[in-house]
Amino acid sequence: MIKSKSQRAGDWVVAFLCSLLILVCLLPLVNILVRSLSSPEALIRNRVWLWPVGLNFNAYTAVLSDSRYTWSLVWTAMMTGLGTVISLIMTSLCAYPLIYPNLKGKKIINAFIILTMYFSAGTIPTYLLIKDLGLLNNPLVLVLPYCLSVFNMIIMRSFFYGIPESLRESAEIDGAGPIRVLASIYLPLSTPVIATLALFYAVGRWNGYSDALMFISSKFRQYWPIQLLLYQIINSAQGIDATQMDSAPGLADTIKAATVMFATIPILCVYPWLQKYFIAGVTLGAEKG
Amino acid sequence: MNTTARAPAVQVRPKSSGGMTYMRRYWTLYLLLALPLAYFFIFKYLPIANILVAFKQYNITKTVWQMQWAKNNGWEFFIKAFSNRDFRYAVRNTIMLNMLDLVAGFPAPILLALLLNELPYRKFKRVTQTVAYMPHFLSWIIISQLALQLFAPTNGLVNMALRGAGFNTIPFLNESWHWVATYVFLGIWQSVGWNTIIYLAAITGINPELYEAASVDGAGRFRKIFHVTLPGLKPTIVVLLILSLGRILGSDFDRPYALTNKIVNDVSNVIATFVYTSGIKSMQFSLATAVGLFQSVVCVIFLVAANTIAERMGERGLM
Repeated sequence: MIKSKSQRAGDWVVAFLCSLLILVCLLPLVNILVRSLSSPEALIRNRVWLWPVGLNFNAYTAVLSDSRYTWSLVWTAMMTGLGTVISLIMTSLCAYPLIYPNLKGKKIINAFIILTMYFSAGTIPTYLLIKDLGLLNNPLVLVLPYCLSVFNMIIMRSFFYGIPESLRESAEIDGAGPIRVLASIYLPLSTPVIATLALFYAVGRWNGYSDALMFISSKFRQYWPIQLLLYQIINSAQGIDATQMDSAPGLADTIKAATVMFATIPILCVYPWLQKYFIAGVTLGAEKG
Repeated sequence: MNTTARAPAVQVRPKSSGGMTYMRRYWTLYLLLALPLAYFFIFKYLPIANILVAFKQYNITKTVWQMQWAKNNGWEFFIKAFSNRDFRYAVRNTIMLNMLDLVAGFPAPILLALLLNELPYRKFKRVTQTVAYMPHFLSWIIISQLALQLFAPTNGLVNMALRGAGFNTIPFLNESWHWVATYVFLGIWQSVGWNTIIYLAAITGINPELYEAASVDGAGRFRKIFHVTLPGLKPTIVVLLILSLGRILGSDFDRPYALTNKIVNDVSNVIATFVYTSGIKSMQFSLATAVGLFQSVVCVIFLVAANTIAERMGERGLM
């Protein structure tokens, strides 16, 4: 189709607005990257704009030599991995039986699950339960209480519905039980939705801090995920260790910036590759949810 | 199992050949469901009993059932909550911040989806989308740190630029009403790209013949947006609007808690943060439970009401 001049001008306006959007989205991250690479003195003298001034990697080496940060990064990665695996197992265990059309009691089971989307007992009742279960200050509290999301279960179930029933039926005629069918037919065919949900769960765990804030006291700070550690360091009066403070006041800012980069980069490296899948996942969830 | 396998192909499978065969065949399904159902029971249903704490004198040594009822027929802590200045502020702030989020944040993804839909360059569109989804993957702690450094009064990039252009320094995060504006802006920044996904999917569902017909009739870009795209988006918009209205008294914890600071507490304290500080930090469990219960009851009422209105308007509801 041939476009008129005004149409083409319109296209350019649209492209310009989109570029502006990209700029606004990236600016805060570019800013923090530049600050993490600049020298503390330049930062204090207001000389850092969009390019590192006094380029150095001291902030990064400082973070990597501070055992609190490195441990917290390792710990958060471990909890994220463990939590994601448990969540994926729970989600498939929950979604798969519900696609059987003749599962007895399906209506009641469904209602039992879906109802939890509409109400929640609340923060304090949940806190008191966690306390009674003895999970306070227990690392498992970062994994168990939110390990299964109904919304994600619905996404997975919708995907399972899309797998032809005849595949299941012929496998059953060959004598395969439901568990075999799940393991050897459904899960291998579901890599797109598994990847999407793995991303959702992993991002949720990597970024989460409120559960750790509520359920793990500062005495057990070795169990704190990186986000909570970062929050406490930003908001505590003394901030960075005195040993690091005395070298230069601006160093605190560059170290915070470097920590932000460490806590952000893993996710930024992963999500673009899964774009196709999570778009499909969100759309599926919105239609069925 | 064997009966089905041996049956001739024409014969319809026996509908229900008694409970025994059914259980023999499908008991594993219940086995699979056992863990998830146990999860929902323990973490979602068991705590419901603890709601009673709102009507009782919390006592750490007793179970919920043994605790003494609160005064005023059990309503003591609700009365206390409403006579608490911090709580009234928290209710006001929750409604205010949610309203602002709704007014400013709700149309934003619709506009962006329309904009992206008009972008003719495919690769550029994909890149824009990828970048626009990025903030959704950042935690509020990270965003709060990004904002603190970007908007810092002396050496933050934005204020350096403002001063360079001859303006005054703006206290983006250090003055109540500026903080509110920054809060709303950061909310849009974080979610606008992600929220376009649903709208973009809805746009692809619009019949392309409608656009062709509009072109034949001589409709330009804006006419097509107003007469084809927006009407096509209407059901999605209504459903999402209902959901947002239902959440008008709901409150997020991560976002206000991560962004707040001591100076702006009187506009940043919302119900969720109030529950945390009064309940978990100061151990006033009864009061905090009462507040939480009040919030969830109001939320359900709002959701049901918004849903009913939408159904009256002739749109597909949610429930």
